[in-house]
Amino acid sequence: MLPFADTGFAEATWIMVAKSVVIFAVIFGILPVLTVVERKLIGRFQHRYGPNRVGPYGLLQPLADVGKLVSKESFRPENATKTLFILGPLLPVVSGVLALAIIPWGNVQGGVGFYGIDVPIGILYFFAVGSIAFYGLLLGGWSSGSKYSLLGAMRSAAQLISYEVSMGLALLGVIMMSGSLSLVDTVQAQGEMWFIVPQFVGFLIFMLAGFAETNRTPFDMPEADAELVQGFMTEYGGMRFGSFLLVEYMEILVVSGIAAAMFLGGWMGPGPSFLDPIWMLAKMIGLVLIFIWVRATLPRLRYDQLMTLGWKVLLPLATLNVLVTAILVVVFS
Amino acid sequence: MSAETGNGFDPKSAPYLDSIEVVEVQRGPEPGGLGGAYRAFGETLRGLKTTMARLIEGPMTIEYPEEKTPVYPRFRGRHKLHKFEDTGLEKCVGCSLCAAACPADCIRVVAAENIPGDRVSAGERYAAVYEINLSRCIFCGYCEIACPFDAITMGHDYEMADYDRRDLIFTKEMLLAEPVERTPLKSEGE
Repeated sequence: MLPFADTGFAEATWIMVAKSVVIFAVIFGILPVLTVVERKLIGRFQHRYGPNRVGPYGLLQPLADVGKLVSKESFRPENATKTLFILGPLLPVVSGVLALAIIPWGNVQGGVGFYGIDVPIGILYFFAVGSIAFYGLLLGGWSSGSKYSLLGAMRSAAQLISYEVSMGLALLGVIMMSGSLSLVDTVQAQGEMWFIVPQFVGFLIFMLAGFAETNRTPFDMPEADAELVQGFMTEYGGMRFGSFLLVEYMEILVVSGIAAAMFLGGWMGPGPSFLDPIWMLAKMIGLVLIFIWVRATLPRLRYDQLMTLGWKVLLPLATLNVLVTAILVVVFS
Repeated sequence: MSAETGNGFDPKSAPYLDSIEVVEVQRGPEPGGLGGAYRAFGETLRGLKTTMARLIEGPMTIEYPEEKTPVYPRFRGRHKLHKFEDTGLEKCVGCSLCAAACPADCIRVVAAENIPGDRVSAGERYAAVYEINLSRCIFCGYCEIACPFDAITMGHDYEMADYDRRDLIFTKEMLLAEPVERTPLKSEGE
């Protein structure tokens, strides 16, 4: 049997396990805080306070939310397909956790690589695993047996083909400059200059596609709470619904992590090397704040507007970016 | 044709508009093509600037139960009945003019003769029963205007919600009692 991934670096099993646990714990500790931060920030953007009743500064709000969601019945509609309906919320969670593995938190220090795994096919792994999340949305929406869910699932399928190509092309420029698909190598290639400077167009395209990937405004048509009453989530209740919400924030973190590693120099930052994970986390949180800022600003695009943006603007722009980068890389090397 | 508005209307040709602030319509980006995308990008940045400015301004929320909106001095809230400060006698003489003026018919006055030596009010008679049904009151303040002795005035209290309609019929004792001042007043010029 072929190994799942060639790590290029041998580590004891217990170190791998410990790393996984730490990454898992940190990320799942951040996620609930992120939900409060988002609600509070959106409130501030609208001259409001946001949640501030539960606990100090409303920090215990996610606890109350989860408590409420857990105590609700996990309802299943009569004409839903049972297996797929249950599988729906699970797939995005699995894919989100898998994608967390390749986010680099620091270089190899004292015989321990500060990352889950350093896959030589890093970015391809991200795309492969990230696309699985959409099976969750599609299956969940389709198997619900509800027209709103089906519409939401259809929209997310149409959205997927509109942005996924541009997203890949946007990262191709970076890959050509660093000469490696591995995220750790990419971060190390940014020692002199972060790739956001030469690849600014690529960064913009990646972030735009990232908004679509995570179903965030202005591209949240699959959810579209105004017209589709949460789209593919309509028929879900209780913690199944909660896991869809949770996974949205996890995807934001993953996309922010990939963007930080590919464009913002990953763990690079002043200070001793043990601060590396902190820098990485700070960059990720900074990008997450941009996600929230954009959500507070932009209204939802129409269905065809996203298609137009994806196919007529982002794709040509990303292709052009790749061509120019290719020429420049050849000229300067 | 005016270049400013772009719809053939020249604000200068209408002198009556001098006193009115004319707000020009800001057109959004035209759809289609890379130019449209470029303009949309610019508009997006403008939108981001707008929301960030709101963030910097800070919240405007008045956190109600803890923090109350101040009312104007002439705000018409819950009624108060008054006594003379020196003698402690009630100002109300039971004339029922307030009840007559009340458009909602929510005041009930039953007058009684004052007994010399045990006077309740300063006049010949006093209000043996004085009830205001606050669930009917429309807070018009006519009772205050009708009263010849300034015995009833409108206070500033507006927190009168209750669980039972019967509790909203305020008796004379409740109206006479010095109310807990729960409502802040607006300061001068606010």
